[in-house]
Amino acid sequence: MPELLRLTGVSRRFSGLQALRDVNLSVAPGEVLGLIGPNGAGKTTLVNTICGVTPANSGTILFDGTDITRTKPYQAARRGLSRTFQIVQPFAEFSALDNVAAAALFSQPGESLKSAREAAREHLAFVGLDAQADQPAATLTLAMRKRLELAKALAMQPKLLFLDEVNAGLNSAEVERATELIHQLARSGITIVMIEHLMKVVLNVCTRIVVLHNGHPIADGAPREVISNPAVVEAYLGQQYAQRTARHG
Amino acid sequence: MTRSNIALLILIACVAALPLFGGAYALRLGTIACMYAVLALSWNVVGGFAGYPSFATAAFFGFGAYFAGVLMGKGWPLAAAVVAAAIAALIAATLLGAVLLRLRGHYFAIASLSLAEVLREVVNNATDLTGGGMGLNIPLASGSGVMAEATFYFYAMWGVMLLTAIMVIVVAQTKLGFALNCIRQNETASSMVGLNTTLAKSIGFGLSACFVAAAGGIYAAWVHYIDPSDVFDILYSVKPIVMALMGGLGSPLGVACGAFLYLGLEEVVWRNYIQIHTGVLGVLIVLLLLFLPHGLTSLRFDRLRRRAKHA
Repeated sequence: MPELLRLTGVSRRFSGLQALRDVNLSVAPGEVLGLIGPNGAGKTTLVNTICGVTPANSGTILFDGTDITRTKPYQAARRGLSRTFQIVQPFAEFSALDNVAAAALFSQPGESLKSAREAAREHLAFVGLDAQADQPAATLTLAMRKRLELAKALAMQPKLLFLDEVNAGLNSAEVERATELIHQLARSGITIVMIEHLMKVVLNVCTRIVVLHNGHPIADGAPREVISNPAVVEAYLGQQYAQRTARHG
Repeated sequence: MTRSNIALLILIACVAALPLFGGAYALRLGTIACMYAVLALSWNVVGGFAGYPSFATAAFFGFGAYFAGVLMGKGWPLAAAVVAAAIAALIAATLLGAVLLRLRGHYFAIASLSLAEVLREVVNNATDLTGGGMGLNIPLASGSGVMAEATFYFYAMWGVMLLTAIMVIVVAQTKLGFALNCIRQNETASSMVGLNTTLAKSIGFGLSACFVAAAGGIYAAWVHYIDPSDVFDILYSVKPIVMALMGGLGSPLGVACGAFLYLGLEEVVWRNYIQIHTGVLGVLIVLLLLFLPHGLTSLRFDRLRRRAKHA
């Protein structure tokens, strides 16, 4: 199967901090890849680097057959890479509808304001925000704003969708609802890379998991396999705990 | 078109009737009013829509004045010189914007502030072309009498104001205005949804420069003599911001009203408190901004009426 995304030897450094170190990673079309790792492992940096926000210092990134290592964020967005932000980034004064319309308008060539608003209505309905369409984004609850982020990302008609902790800060009912949405997206054929801390969601949704630790992938494979991998347990819980579980099973 | 934009066009149409009622003094004030409205409406594109606090208005004003002034000195007719100045400003500001608008917030404000200083020094030192600190005389047009000339320059400035208003209204309703609005609210998110923010900001900057330069060109012809400290005066950068704040940031109608209100205040204060006029004007502006922080547009006359009824 051809790859949708391939990273070869990608590194990124912030002055003294090596945030990403020689990352090799590939994503196949239709996959739902879970990107996990302890805090500060470089998960968000990896997404930022792929999207062009913090370009790689070395290495190459191929997306859909073209080199996007040096593209700007807006160019990446027009190529079909879209993302949600861990810390939601709405256009606060705009209505929910115009938030989504902006995404449709600027990512699709030849879209007019009117057609963008029409498309936006459908995406809002999909994430269940049609009742809030005319409400300013600043007045929505956190769960709604997270779904608004999702609607914005979808309005860009992505080939590859990054979900950066869409479930952080949500209660369990809201998490269930969001998980159901992700399932639906996956079924519709969008390739998804999700950063997620809730293992329940990861195991439920992902077809494959990559674990990042200190900016480097330490495990890559089927969900159940990966979470019982000693290196992963060590990364999360420390060496001593890993040794103890290895001894006592 | 929204109601406030229609109101703006009606307001501008009413201003056009001024020569029917006023003498030379009224025409002079009217010309300045139109000029202020051009500056404030133009500033609103960058400062109001895109949220970039630009202090570059004086630079564009002086640029237009000198560009048109030098051309008129070489025998160009007024209209051609003004159009040339506007186009040159549009191109120069768009290119400059691509560099300057990478800075955000205070950094951008300072950089745009320095623009007028740099241009002033360039003009000061290009003595052969601009006359340097000695200033530049602009040849008089045909001696057609004081009133005819006053009326002519009033309508010239009024025409630029009308064009500026139309530009602002069109920008507000098209993709560009939507883009600038997005940039003001969240620039990071804007680029992540596929908006080329640098391009949108640069075009906005260029558009905000071009009519200011046209107004500068007409101003130069109107006063017949310009010098660097006059047309690159920092007040040309500050006043439009005050007008926009007084009228209501982002709203074209509010900004135009703010310009007229500002001129009214300036004139009344100047006539009555000649020795302390800048102080009194300053206090008035502070009071206005304190008690009406969102400008004239935040006044809701229907609400006032309702309150009066309940009282």
